Amino acid sequence: MNPPVSVRNLSVAYHRKPVLREIDYDAPEGELIGIIGPNGAGKSTLIKAILGLLPLASGEVRIYGKPYAQQRQRIGYVPQRESVDWDFPTDALDVVMMGRYGKLGWFRRPKAEDRQIAMECLRKVGMEAFANRQISQLSGGQQQRVFLARALAQDAQIYFMDEPFAGVDAATEKAIIGVLNELKQQKKTVLVVHHDLQTVSEYFDSVLLLNMRVIAAGPTKEVFNAENLQKTYGGRLTILPGNSGLMVAR
Amino acid sequence: MMSEFWIILTGALVASSCGFLGCFLILRRMAMLGDAISHAILPGIVIAFLLSGSRSTLPMLLGAAVFGLVCSVVIESLRKQGVQADAAMSVTFTALFSVGIILVSLFTRQVDLDLDCVLYGEIAYVPWDTWEIAGIDLGPRAVWAVGSVFLLSLVLITLFYKQFKICSFDPAMAAAIGIPVSLFHYLLMGMVSVTTVASFESVGAILVVAMLIVPAATAYLLTDRLNIMLILSIIMGTLSSVGGYVIAQQIDASIAGCMTIMAAFLFVLAFLFSPKHGVLTRWWIRRQLKMRLSGEKA
Repeated sequence: MNPPVSVRNLSVAYHRKPVLREIDYDAPEGELIGIIGPNGAGKSTLIKAILGLLPLASGEVRIYGKPYAQQRQRIGYVPQRESVDWDFPTDALDVVMMGRYGKLGWFRRPKAEDRQIAMECLRKVGMEAFANRQISQLSGGQQQRVFLARALAQDAQIYFMDEPFAGVDAATEKAIIGVLNELKQQKKTVLVVHHDLQTVSEYFDSVLLLNMRVIAAGPTKEVFNAENLQKTYGGRLTILPGNSGLMVAR
Repeated sequence: MMSEFWIILTGALVASSCGFLGCFLILRRMAMLGDAISHAILPGIVIAFLLSGSRSTLPMLLGAAVFGLVCSVVIESLRKQGVQADAAMSVTFTALFSVGIILVSLFTRQVDLDLDCVLYGEIAYVPWDTWEIAGIDLGPRAVWAVGSVFLLSLVLITLFYKQFKICSFDPAMAAAIGIPVSLFHYLLMGMVSVTTVASFESVGAILVVAMLIVPAATAYLLTDRLNIMLILSIIMGTLSSVGGYVIAQQIDASIAGCMTIMAAFLFVLAFLFSPKHGVLTRWWIRRQLKMRLSGEKA
C-alpha cells in the first residue's frame, strides 16, 4: 500500500537560503495530521512544495505512489486566507464553485450539479445563508469557512490546509473541527498546518514536528511531548508546570 | 455623417476591447503593466514596418505581440530575481520604448511613421484610410483592426473565463489544480499587446493606457460581480467614445483627448455616486442611519 503522501529527501531553498532540508515523511492514511513548528520552520513551504507550487532543490513527492501531476484530482487545498485579495468582485458561492474547476477540464463550464455541490459544501461549514454575499463583506472567519467549503467542493482524498485556525472566531473553529471530523470518518487524509499547541492533542491523530528538518513524526500520543517540542522550538518554548502541561511558544 | 459613425465606432471598439482586458489587469493589480506594454511594443511596430515595408496591419500586430511578450517576460524574470515589481516594469518599458524611438529616428526616411501620430493618435483620419480588396471599399482599416482584436479577446475570454477568473483571484489554487497559470498570464499580456497596437492609430500610445484602465476601474466601482464588471467596462468604454466625440465636435478639440476626459468623468461619477462604493452614497447612508438612530432615542 502506498501512503497518501510520501516525501523523500525533499529540500527547498529560497534564493540560496535553504528552508527545508532532506525531509523524509510518509503520511498515515485516513488520519488528521498536524504540521507543527515555529514561525519560519517551513510548514507552509512544505505544503506548497508537495503541491508543486515551488521548485524543489532536491527530492521527490509521491501521492499514492504517483507524481503529484497525475493525482491532482485527489487533492484539496486550503491556502492561507491572506494569500488572496478579498476585494475581488465575486460572491461566496462563486468562490466555492472554483473548487469544481479541476474536475471540469479546459472548456466545460460549471453546471447546475456543480452549483448544488457548492451549496452543499457551504451548508457543511454553516455558510449557506451567505452564498450570495460579496466576499469582502464576510468576516475573517467566514472567509476561512468559504475556503474550507471550496476545498470540500474539490471532493478530494487528501486535504492540505494552511493555518485554517489562524485568527478565526469560535463559530468558525467549531465549523472547521466539524468538517475535520467528518473528513476523518470518510477515511480522508488531512494535513493541517497548525499553530496552537494547546489544541494539538485534542485535534490531531498524528503530528509532524518540523523545523527546517523533520524533528519527529508519528502518533500524537507518542511524539507530541515536551522533549520533542523543546527540540522543535528550541529556546522559544516555555513549559509551565502543572497537570495541564501548558505550553507557551514564543 | 458616415465618417462620424466610423470615428465613434472605432473609439467605442478601442475603449471596449481595452476596458475588457483592463478588468483583468486591475484585478491582478497590474494596471501599470498595461502602461508598460503599450510603450514597449513601439520597437516591434517599427521593425515590422521595416521588414514588411508597409503599414499593413498584420505584421504590426505580430511585431507588437512579440515585443509585448518580450516586455512581460523580462519584467517577470527581473521580478523573480528580486528586483521590485514597479522598478522592473519601469526599467523594461522605458528601455524598450527608447529603442523604438531610436529606430524611428534612425530610419526616418524609410519609416513613414509619424511619431506624433504614434504617441497621440489621430482618430479623425480613420474614415479616410480604408481597406480595399479588388476595388471594393470595405470600410476603414482601423475598424477592421480594432474590431478583430476585440473579437479575439471576446472569444478567448469567453472560452477561458473560468481560467482567467481563478488565475486572477487565487493563482496558487489555480496552479494546484493544474491550470497553466503562466500560459494564461502571457496570453493576457499578448492580448494586451495586440489590442494596444490595433488601438494606436486611433488613440495613440499614451491614451491607450487610459482606455486600458479607466473604463475597467469605473466598472469595478459599480458591481460586485466579475461578469457584470466585464460588461460594464464595455458600456463605459462606448459611452466615453460617444460622449467624447460629441464634446470634441462642440469645442473643436482633440477627439482622443475628449474621449479620455469623458472616461475620467464617468469614473468620477462612479466614485462619488456608485450605489455600493460611492463616496457620497456612503456618506448619505451614514447620515440616514444617524438620523434614524437619534430619532429612535428621542
